[in-house]
Amino acid sequence: MNPVPATGLLSASWLLIALPLAGAAVLLLGGKRTDRWGHLLAITTVTGAFVLAVLSAVDLAGLDDRSVGVDLYTFVSTGQLEVSAGLLVDPLSITFALLITGVGALIHVYSVGYMAHDPARRRFFAYLNLFVAAMLLLVLGNSFVALYVGWEGVGLASYLLIAFWYTRPAAATAAKKAFIMNRVGDVGLALAIFLMFTQLGTTSYAGVLGSVGVLAGGTVTAIGLLLLLGACGKSGQFPLQAWLPDAMEGPTPVSALIHAATMVTAGVYLIARSAPVFDAAPAAQTVVVIIGAITIMIGAIAGCAYDDIKKVLAWSTVSQIGYMFLAVGLGPVGYAAGIAHLLTHGFFKAGLFLGAGSVMHGMGDRTDMRRFGGLATKMTTTFVTFGLGYLALIGFPFLSGYWTKDAIIEAAFDRGGASGYLLGGVAVLGAGLTAFYMTRLMLMTFFGKPRWEDDVHPHESPAVMTLPMVVLAVGSVAAGFLLVEVFPLAGWLAPVFGEPEEAAAHTIPPLVVSVLVTVVVALGALTAWLFVGRREVPTTAPARVSVPVRAARNALYADQVNEAVFMRPGMWLTRALVWVDNRGVDGVVNGIGAGLGGSSSRLGRAQTGFVRSYALGMLGGAVLVVGALVAVTAG
Amino acid sequence: MSDFPWLLAMIAVPAVGGAAVAALPKGRDLLVKQVTLAVSALVLVLAVLATVAFDTGGDRFQLTTSVSWIPAFGVDFALGVDGIALVMLLLIGVLVPVVVVASWEDTGPGGRSTKAYFAWLLVLEAMMVGVFAATDVFLFYVFFEAMLVPMYFIIGSFGGPRRQYAAVKFFLYSLLGGLVMLASVIGLYVVSNSQLGEGTFAFDALRQLDIDPGVQKLLFLGFFVAFAIKAPLVPFHTWLPDSGAEAPIGGGVLLVGVLDKVGTFGFIRYCLPLFPDASRTFAPWILGLAVAGILYGALLAMGQSDLKRFVTYTSIAHFGFIALGIFAFTAEGGSGAVLYMVNHGISTGILFLAVGMLISRGGSRSIADYGGVAKKAPVLAGVFLVAGLSSLALPGTNSFVSEFLVLLGSFPTRPVFTIVATAGIVLAALYVLLVVQRTMHGPSRGLVVDKPFPDLRRRELAVVAPLIALILVLGVYPQPLLALIDPAVAATMTDIGSDPGGTPPVHEPVTAEQGAN
Repeated sequence: MNPVPATGLLSASWLLIALPLAGAAVLLLGGKRTDRWGHLLAITTVTGAFVLAVLSAVDLAGLDDRSVGVDLYTFVSTGQLEVSAGLLVDPLSITFALLITGVGALIHVYSVGYMAHDPARRRFFAYLNLFVAAMLLLVLGNSFVALYVGWEGVGLASYLLIAFWYTRPAAATAAKKAFIMNRVGDVGLALAIFLMFTQLGTTSYAGVLGSVGVLAGGTVTAIGLLLLLGACGKSGQFPLQAWLPDAMEGPTPVSALIHAATMVTAGVYLIARSAPVFDAAPAAQTVVVIIGAITIMIGAIAGCAYDDIKKVLAWSTVSQIGYMFLAVGLGPVGYAAGIAHLLTHGFFKAGLFLGAGSVMHGMGDRTDMRRFGGLATKMTTTFVTFGLGYLALIGFPFLSGYWTKDAIIEAAFDRGGASGYLLGGVAVLGAGLTAFYMTRLMLMTFFGKPRWEDDVHPHESPAVMTLPMVVLAVGSVAAGFLLVEVFPLAGWLAPVFGEPEEAAAHTIPPLVVSVLVTVVVALGALTAWLFVGRREVPTTAPARVSVPVRAARNALYADQVNEAVFMRPGMWLTRALVWVDNRGVDGVVNGIGAGLGGSSSRLGRAQTGFVRSYALGMLGGAVLVVGALVAVTAG
Repeated sequence: MSDFPWLLAMIAVPAVGGAAVAALPKGRDLLVKQVTLAVSALVLVLAVLATVAFDTGGDRFQLTTSVSWIPAFGVDFALGVDGIALVMLLLIGVLVPVVVVASWEDTGPGGRSTKAYFAWLLVLEAMMVGVFAATDVFLFYVFFEAMLVPMYFIIGSFGGPRRQYAAVKFFLYSLLGGLVMLASVIGLYVVSNSQLGEGTFAFDALRQLDIDPGVQKLLFLGFFVAFAIKAPLVPFHTWLPDSGAEAPIGGGVLLVGVLDKVGTFGFIRYCLPLFPDASRTFAPWILGLAVAGILYGALLAMGQSDLKRFVTYTSIAHFGFIALGIFAFTAEGGSGAVLYMVNHGISTGILFLAVGMLISRGGSRSIADYGGVAKKAPVLAGVFLVAGLSSLALPGTNSFVSEFLVLLGSFPTRPVFTIVATAGIVLAALYVLLVVQRTMHGPSRGLVVDKPFPDLRRRELAVVAPLIALILVLGVYPQPLLALIDPAVAATMTDIGSDPGGTPPVHEPVTAEQGAN
């Protein structure tokens, strides 16, 4: 359980974080001088971190315990609180580090092309580097406090990058919304930490996770639910999902890296890392799976109704993370499955976003799929790589999503009883909807007649962009098979989650599940073809639609609810308080002042008269003091 | 080296310097500024050297100097610092030179003499040092009141259009608070006279009195009201937005950054150790005010249309956090609160300065007059954002450590208040990012288009650079300050009957060795 002190290369793990952090610092402080080579430095630091992560993983694999700690310095030590700035390198954290630096490096490279014409490209790379550093701290930290620091750090990077084109009001608003909804979740995480400290006097993983057994059941459940609130905020899960689609205002590489592959999966990491807490709190686990199931459906339903290519992918991300929540909520049978899906999703969703960015690049930054169409021949590489990502996502047999999503669906059914069938059913239905909305997206973008606006001249993107897409497409095809069949992730993660157990008996045989899912997926795709592929796509969305479609277009009214329940009353309250503060509290005070000093107009115009009377007051006071002191001393 | 009267020097140097500046001939403005800067820099050096001379494992009060002042009443000119006072002196040492450089090109309304302004700044510095360094309660009271005079003139002579209204209001409130406190000071003397046979104002002697609970309550309230006005707790706060808004930027930085901290300093230095029973009796009420202040200040900040008033309301929210940490009566909360006092001085300081830089370009305090600053002055926008992030206590910045410690330390003893207070974390993000969006983001408009709006100049960079450096360094390595603060807070916890070693956990965590058995 307790990590052994790191030696050799592993003791330099802090460089993983320091490299991109230094890159960000140089680019931000260096100013315009670094414009010419800034992006190269940023790529170098992330690539360096990736190489280091690979070497660390190899080193780690050679150790018996596969869990080492790196203590750097005492961050805070006061009273009973001891927080060391320290890292925990174990299979879970290093797996994330590989994903973050690997996909991160590819997206850095892609961004060189994507942001080539942006005058603020250096700032963009600085923020990307900053994000990578914060995200690595989040996963590598050895305590909940270190995680919290990284957690809010990625929130900052996300804010800066969503608002990258800050002159656009929509981007500025989306960034603020993301940060604030995240902070709502962060409150949960913070309270969980306070509760851990109160109960156990520590916030380190070793201290807290090793001592769950001594805590009362209600306390463990409370900690679990508070952690879950944090996870929901970061990962765009119900009821804090509304910020994620808006975050698509950021440049597309940001959507790929932060809002698809890495940051938004931090909630899954948090729950998996806190496995001993959740394993001891079945009630909290039940809430996790319920939230996962609800979010699968919300994301999938909204994904069906949007016409903006990035928003469809964003809702898809919300939905897919729902699968991961469902998995880790199932407990030991689901942790490895959830992480595996997180990794394959990291590949294919990052690839899909980069593909969407490539399409936008060729279409003059347009995102409305009703104005796409017939791009398959114009952008062949994009089409092929995007297509592979699409197939991986919908779970086409033997591609990545097939392996990792099926494992989750199986685990859901294996929960047994009515709840198992319910969760499994939701997961299967979600797979069908996923096939529907992704097929719709493919058909509207790459097939059919061109519906381009006049000034659009689609073209394939440069190699610096397509190359990362190709790499990710390869990952989308192969990663699932590799992680499930060749190098089983469950075995690699065993030091964290325990040795994988073969389920004693399956509710439904895996083969049947597999066939069922594949059939449902095929039906979903077929439905999309019937609705979208067979006929002409109107260039404007039909205005007269049924109630369910309207609800889906409004993402089931989450924004409207937030607006009505929180924002508008909050605004009224603020206005009322400002009024009260000016008229009420201050008015009373000024009134008293006037009563004491003469008239209110005198207070308003009061000039030196008051100082004189104050001096008089002080003198009077001094006389009083002396009198009192004399009286006391004499008495 | 420890025999050197560091504290006396830290009072005398700016006091004499202030007089010298005032005596300089008219029309030598540059010389005035140079002398002021040199004097304030010397005070910073003294503060650093005093810190070096301070032994964290030593006596509660160190670097002491005591001269009998009014022997008839047992009043001594007694100076000394614990870690709490010492970090406040460091804060003063850092902020005053920054303010001097920031005010370099300011001119008073109607071309008023800058000489007077800088002279008052130095006098103010001397008084502020005195108020934190006094270990005689009467001397403390004298500095507490005398401190008002330079600030009164800084606001009243060099402030904005409603400066005189603001200055008078500032004075009126302080008059009220000061008089009530004076009554309690005398009351303390009376009690000491009856218990010890002779009256004294020495803090250490008063701390050991055994005061009847009923009397404690009355005396406590006298101090409390004065401090609650100074570090304004709702509803004692309405003077601060006016004073902060009308004060010149430099004065505002010192007002909110340091002067108001005398209130929270007073809570932890005087209210808790002198009146432990009364503190415990009133704690729930004060915590209620503190938490109300966190929410009220935040909501009001959101509703402001004036940049400077906005900063003062954020401070009211922050003072709520500090009071929460102090009246939770835990070592973690107390240390967090003291660290918060330092960090808030830095982060509100830079926020005020950034607002000032905005106003000096646009010529308006109204938020609505700005928009899209980031496009024309990206560095200014970046500084404003860093200041804002520190204000919302983002991890990696100084304020995170203190706010986190306050909440973490308050949770074990006061979970309900703490949970309500965490709403302040969300609201802080809201009020900071709202103003960032309104002023910095979007297309350039309003005064940002109408005026030249250059980015930060060298002098302005020199003003903000040290503060940003402190924000980041104290964000990742706060331990040196905590090491200074902790022993003093532990002593205070002993005074109040709390565990000086911190809050023991409900359960012992299972250690590795136990697990192995």
